[in-house]
Amino acid sequence: MAQIFAYISYKDGVADDAALELATVAKKIDAGADVNAIVVGSGVDAVCNEMAASYKEVWKIDKDTVAYPNAEIIRGMLVNALPKDAIVLMAHDTFSMDLGPGLSIKMDSPYVPDVVGIDGVDGSTLKTVRQEFGGQVSTHVNCDIASGAVITVRPGSFEADESKSAGGSVVDKTADAGDVSVKRTFLEVVEAEAGDVDITKSDVLVSIGRGIEEEENIEVAQELADAMGAVVSCSRPIVDAKWLEKSRQVGTSGQTVKPNVYMAMGISGSFQHLGGIKGGFIIAVNKNPKAPIFQVADIGVVADILEVMPALTEKIQEG
Amino acid sequence: MEILVCVKRVPDTEENEICLNGAGNDIECEDLVYSVNEWDNYAVEEAIQIVDRVGGSVTVVTVGDEDAEEVLRREMAMGAEKGILATDDAFEGSDGKGLATILKGVAEKGNYDLIMTGAQADDGAAQVGGMLAALMDLPYASLVNLIEVVDDKKLKVGREIEGGNQEMSEIELPCVLSIQTGINEPRYVGIRGIRKVASVEIPAMGAGDLGVDAGAVGAAGAIVKRADYFVPEMGEGAEMIEGSTEEIVEKLVEILKAKGGIK
Amino acid sequence: METLIVGPADFTFLGIPTIIFSFLIPVVGVGCFAYIIANRLAPLIKAAPDNRFNRIPERVFQLIKIWLLQWRQPRYMAAGVLHIMIFFGFLVLSIRSTELVVVGLSDDFMMPGMDGILGSIYGFIKDYAATVVLIACIIAAIRRVKKAEDRFNVPKEFDHSSEAIFVLGLISSLMIAESLYEASHMAAAGHMPAAIFSLVWFETLILSVFPVGLLQAIHILAYYVHDVIFFFFLCFLPMGKHFHVITSFFNVLFMRLDKGNIKPVRYDVSDEQLDDLESFGVKKMEDFTWKHILDFYSCADCGRCSDQCPANLVGRPLSPRFISIKAREKIFENYPLRGEHAESKPLMGDIYSEDEIWSCTTCGACEQECPLGIEYIDKIVDLRRGMVDEGMVPQSLQKPLSALEKRGNAWGKMEKKRADWTKAEGFADTCAVKLLEKGEEADTLYFVDSISSYDDRMQDLARATSLVLAAGGTDFCILGKDEKDSGNEVRRFGEEMLFQTLKDHNIDMILESGVKHIVTADPHAYNAIKNDYHNDQLPSIEHLAQYVDRKVKSGEITLKPVEDSSRVYTYHDPCYLGRHNSVYDAPRDAMDAIPGLRRVEMAKCRDRSLCCSGGGLMLFYEPEEEERMGVVRVQMAAEAGANVIVTACPFCLVNIEDAIKVAKMDDTMEAIDFSELIARHLEG
Repeated sequence: MAQIFAYISYKDGVADDAALELATVAKKIDAGADVNAIVVGSGVDAVCNEMAASYKEVWKIDKDTVAYPNAEIIRGMLVNALPKDAIVLMAHDTFSMDLGPGLSIKMDSPYVPDVVGIDGVDGSTLKTVRQEFGGQVSTHVNCDIASGAVITVRPGSFEADESKSAGGSVVDKTADAGDVSVKRTFLEVVEAEAGDVDITKSDVLVSIGRGIEEEENIEVAQELADAMGAVVSCSRPIVDAKWLEKSRQVGTSGQTVKPNVYMAMGISGSFQHLGGIKGGFIIAVNKNPKAPIFQVADIGVVADILEVMPALTEKIQEG
Repeated sequence: MEILVCVKRVPDTEENEICLNGAGNDIECEDLVYSVNEWDNYAVEEAIQIVDRVGGSVTVVTVGDEDAEEVLRREMAMGAEKGILATDDAFEGSDGKGLATILKGVAEKGNYDLIMTGAQADDGAAQVGGMLAALMDLPYASLVNLIEVVDDKKLKVGREIEGGNQEMSEIELPCVLSIQTGINEPRYVGIRGIRKVASVEIPAMGAGDLGVDAGAVGAAGAIVKRADYFVPEMGEGAEMIEGSTEEIVEKLVEILKAKGGIK
Repeated sequence: METLIVGPADFTFLGIPTIIFSFLIPVVGVGCFAYIIANRLAPLIKAAPDNRFNRIPERVFQLIKIWLLQWRQPRYMAAGVLHIMIFFGFLVLSIRSTELVVVGLSDDFMMPGMDGILGSIYGFIKDYAATVVLIACIIAAIRRVKKAEDRFNVPKEFDHSSEAIFVLGLISSLMIAESLYEASHMAAAGHMPAAIFSLVWFETLILSVFPVGLLQAIHILAYYVHDVIFFFFLCFLPMGKHFHVITSFFNVLFMRLDKGNIKPVRYDVSDEQLDDLESFGVKKMEDFTWKHILDFYSCADCGRCSDQCPANLVGRPLSPRFISIKAREKIFENYPLRGEHAESKPLMGDIYSEDEIWSCTTCGACEQECPLGIEYIDKIVDLRRGMVDEGMVPQSLQKPLSALEKRGNAWGKMEKKRADWTKAEGFADTCAVKLLEKGEEADTLYFVDSISSYDDRMQDLARATSLVLAAGGTDFCILGKDEKDSGNEVRRFGEEMLFQTLKDHNIDMILESGVKHIVTADPHAYNAIKNDYHNDQLPSIEHLAQYVDRKVKSGEITLKPVEDSSRVYTYHDPCYLGRHNSVYDAPRDAMDAIPGLRRVEMAKCRDRSLCCSGGGLMLFYEPEEEERMGVVRVQMAAEAGANVIVTACPFCLVNIEDAIKVAKMDDTMEAIDFSELIARHLEG
């Protein structure tokens, strides 16, 4: 079996939550394999050392040119540094969406993105589970990983491997990565405009989606939030419709939140949305019994939020 | 600027309930309606707007059978000048790399400054754009939600990244971009628009025309294969509360109090 | 009559015979007027064709009623009465003014037939007419200055108050000049006019103490002041809102005769030839029909349309009067009296905004009110057709339109589920609805339409309607999956080709079914089939309200006493049942047939009913507005003392039920549909 590498993304010197989930995925692919991590960036020693607890070898590529993770440069570096038949695991996010497809071509290996489950390996055939049509149906996707693969994993789909018993070491592979010149130059990150409310700071969120139907009904959600002492957040369609400001959006293209209680009101639960919820007790109310949100929620109610919300508000106000 | 936009015909999830067929290995097609993939539609609109600003023309291409022609006509009704239908029995069952290989064949038949795809499709893996770029050795940016033409050699692009932030880059032409929804407001195309372009000739190109090795694409060349479809188990995590609104609300309040959801 | 002074035909001033002026002033005046009118006609000639030279007897009837008898004026009592005074004064004095012009050339001239008793009677009447006009002008001017009505408060760039006051001044001057001319003559002859206490009578009284020389001067001066103002006024009319003095006759003669329908894309192109058209709808000024341009000329800026417009009321960016006024100003700018005609530019983004044009609910309140028969719905629809053709459709409307194209309903629900409402528990076993798609037959078709087929709440209306039809002993069926949306709003939102497709499909299905009669509970479906489908073979159609009214009167349906006598009902007229189809009494009579039902009327009812917010695609459009029409309506019902609003339209019910929630009136107000009210009160 080929060598497995977990690509570690990080922010402010700390590895992403998904970093340890990738270790679990690796074990599911090959329980006996030594799994390595690879960290690319500038000044990444802290991240590398952190990862050494969970991975056998931590390959470090430390260079100024990738102080900002420019996928085009990193692709070239990985192709230079990694063995030809490496199995690369990454979290499915906006960075791996930029990097993964091209990397698989350059490594001449299959690309399986946004995996939510591993159904085992049959010979050299890896069986994965993916979702299509916004989670309405799932599908088994198979590929031969004998000569390597690029696999991205939906964050939160696997338990993190917290054992930290690898006792690994950091290996500097900067020289192998070489100098890569590309035709795409990073300029800057334009931060999303800060709104009047910071939804990431709230313990309780009343989050609304398409089920709110009309702009005027947002008031109904606000009243419930007021009664609960919560803050109103939302899914992407609400921001697209300009009913709430971007800063209230939960999801991969919005804010990441860690509330104690998350009320998903009329939210179907696309993975982009779920990607923004890191923990918390989820109560989902949705008219559609097939809404994917019910798979991840702790409590589910099949009902019209426009009936439940005012009734709930009233009940809470009664005390 | 000569722009090629790759589009795909997909079941319209807004207007369908996706069900599986009896055998469980494919989605039930009988009652489906199809439309152009939403992301691709934004890409075509963006291409048309760029051409409106700096001149040039927009070509749309899709890989599929004769049915796929309807999405080309729809995009041509929006303002794309030319359409190309890449169609061949050998293309059937292509995986992402296969599709990228076919599209590379199409792209190399023309002289395009910019190639665009949708960032993803409902039934896809958000991969073709990046693969096409890598196959053609062109620079690439995904999830693009802003394009400014700097000059005839360079674009300034914004990518939508986590936290609602926007990553700004400069990218040299020719390049491949995959487009995120929300980059613009696509124009409406009605029946009349489509009828207007109904008689425009759309060339069909097969593996031979495109110089594509038939063995490298289609089911034969696919290295990533979808084995079957299945409906994920519903509510596996959620404890479902049923009853009248009154009863539901009562239980919810109980739960909220227990979990600290009411302050 | 023996006189000491001479008339303008014989007078000389500094040796110059004034008859020269009597000749020159009319010649120059008429010449200028002809030149201006020719210029004003230029855009009408370039405009799209219209079909207005037909049905002459009906047109003459409208002309007599609305133009001559000023039928719509008293709907605004104060302004209306003042206008009627000025209008009739004008009609009477136009004879005298014309006569005066010729008198300047020949002193003894009299209009034919005016030399005998008729002339005396006329003279008597016109003296009072002039007096009345003068008084009316003064009151009108005061009202203008004091902005007596909200209608007069408009944004500065649209404020034509000064023009209005100037014209009132001109009219007053004409009255005074004419009467002074006459009074000086009378005074010189030592007579008093017969019209006691009239303007000329008072003037004569005063002038009788003046020396003859002065009277002569006043006589001549008054004549030429009148002559100059008269021709100045004639040429000034086509410069602004007073053009209606000239155009109103034609505008009313050519006004629309039918209600509820929408004009074809072009009058000279049949539905089958639509595909060949290069461009659709109105994009630039000359794409309007000549009648629509005449409408723009005719707008008197009275503001009644906007005063009744629900969109304007709730702060949407639409005010119908400005649709006309902005267009008129644009035409004047593009067709200047001197210099080249300007090239016509797209209207959207120039004088109109997209939101403005999408804001209209096509309720028809503006057209119902306009005293001049100006139409707006066809213009709005034509502008929308132009926008649709250019792809300028808000994102919020694109999805439902595409769903209508693919699935035949705006919600994108599957065709095979269209009849699922018949399977509801507790209904299916009591009322078996026949399905044509299953090969069943019946005499009557119940055309359900989309919202009552698919919307959870509105399905109740479909079931209630079925129960009522069954109670009426009607053998009925539904089309099921073979029914597509009636397309009423599809057409009104400018998607003509999609409407044609839906229409053709439904006509085929209805004809194939072999039914002899159609009933629907959805006024939008009723209107589309009745007024837009234009197919002679289609069977007759009735709205449920008409059906119930008929069955109650024939005794086939009997209604039991009202369930809860403490409730007070009010009936909300749906636009597409009321204004567009004049069905006002049938639903009221049917409601009153429920013994013990207490019914009150809202401040705005019948042909002044306030739109609920709009149906069909309007449910999907997200307008900019300060308030919801539905909320205003619900408050109006409360003010009338009602606690149940009865509608006869599923869209009205959606909007009003919503509005009750928004207005937080859940505890005090309820909305139900007519079908539900009747179903609940069926005997047995």
